[in-house]
Amino acid sequence: MTRNPAITVDQLVKIYKTATAVDGISFALEAGSITGLLGGNGAGKTTTIATIMGLVIPTSGRVSVLGVDMTHNRHRVLHRMNFESPYVEMPMRLTIRQNLTVFGMLYGVDDIATRIAALAAELELTDLLDRPTGKLSAGQKTRVSLAKSLINQPDVLLLDEPTASLDPDTADWVRGRLERYRAERGATVLLASHNMSEVERLCERVIIMKKGRIEDDDTPQHLLARYGRRTLEEVFLDVARGRGEARQAAQ
Amino acid sequence: MSTAQSVAYSPRRVAAMVLRYWYLLRSSWVRLIDLIYWPTVQMLTWGFLQLYIGENASFFARASGIFIGAVLLWDILFRGQIGFAVSFLEEMYARNLANLMMSPLRPTEFITALMIMSIVRLAIGLVPVTLLAIAFFGFNLYSLGLALALFFANLILTSWAVGIFVSGLVLRNGLGAETFAWSIMFLFLPLACVYYPVAVLPAFLQYAAWALPPTYVFEGMRALLIDHVFRGDLMWQAFVLNLVYMAAAVAAYLKLVDSARDQGALLQSGE
Repeated sequence: MTRNPAITVDQLVKIYKTATAVDGISFALEAGSITGLLGGNGAGKTTTIATIMGLVIPTSGRVSVLGVDMTHNRHRVLHRMNFESPYVEMPMRLTIRQNLTVFGMLYGVDDIATRIAALAAELELTDLLDRPTGKLSAGQKTRVSLAKSLINQPDVLLLDEPTASLDPDTADWVRGRLERYRAERGATVLLASHNMSEVERLCERVIIMKKGRIEDDDTPQHLLARYGRRTLEEVFLDVARGRGEARQAAQ
Repeated sequence: MSTAQSVAYSPRRVAAMVLRYWYLLRSSWVRLIDLIYWPTVQMLTWGFLQLYIGENASFFARASGIFIGAVLLWDILFRGQIGFAVSFLEEMYARNLANLMMSPLRPTEFITALMIMSIVRLAIGLVPVTLLAIAFFGFNLYSLGLALALFFANLILTSWAVGIFVSGLVLRNGLGAETFAWSIMFLFLPLACVYYPVAVLPAFLQYAAWALPPTYVFEGMRALLIDHVFRGDLMWQAFVLNLVYMAAAVAAYLKLVDSARDQGALLQSGE
């Protein structure tokens, strides 16, 4: 039982016409925790995250963030949340500074110029601030998206494959910044990823989804021990290929 | 961070969106040219046509400016709606809609920002053209005074109502519904009687014409330019109809947003 949940998902079901995307999942994330949401394509990760953001209305069940129901009252808490995904872009013709100014205003940041300067220094964007966002490399764009997601110093940060398409060095750099932000701010982070080493490094808890259901939910160490595997990738493959139950029984 | 983040309506968030579109317009001379190009071509074409007809028909000679006036007022209606919808479409093209939908920006604030931008875009496109109309044809739209203000208010309200509805359609159905943004207003062109009086229409179509607020404006314009009579009653009727259209458009938009949330359409703001 989670004592101080920042995110609560209770019996969540989402059916699109006839396709069940999420099938009765429940979990609660402790405030200040960092949790990985793993699953293959079509497992229901994106729908789960979108429902937590209030972008998708559940077919049944309830999702709350910081005590606020996200289906009906999401605007009461959106200013304390943020989101980052390489699949959602920022206006390309606007410079980094212009984009961050707009989002700073949307999120109600008080001293936007100071906040942008601090973020730019932190994310090594200072020299690029007046460059159009569309003229940046993939790694630089990811840093801009990260800056946007941190502009309001969110208490709840949702990340959808934050290091997809990045080279190993840049990806490692991004992970380091996320770790630091979580440690300094005490934010709750939910991370959907296909990158097992990333999840292993960052997350203290892992939720594995398959076909809209939660297949397993534990710390990385416990999962490795329970499945008798050396890496989360092997655990993931066991779950994905339906070998999980047999392997656990054998253990 | 400010403590008053979750207030129901924030002018600062509206200003943020206006600033976003202003940055975009400022960064692209192609977009600026596009705003002026078609209104200028339209005005010149109809203006010269009116000159020609005016020289050969005493009625049109007497009703000086009737075509140019109609073209300029039609442009307020048409460009107002396009200005609203294009700003919205920019978010779809930029794949930025999800960022906005996940931010504290409320639908009413988004709509307000789009309304402001439609006026900004309209001003950029139409003010130079009205000045050209004075230079080329001696037609001064501003000489209509208060009547012009009321014509403008009623036309822009209709254009916003249509823009809000179309934006909801695009939000719900993706860029496949983009065609509506560009073409829906042409449905108004024959029925709103832009270039001819309502009496010209067959009786059954006159009912449809009088259900459209712009019809009252164009009838009012003809009354002013031909008979030199200002018809305040027509402006009131247009205004009441506009209130109904606006209420219906906002309700439809909110319903379409909810439907998009239900279908997960806000996640895939593409085709």
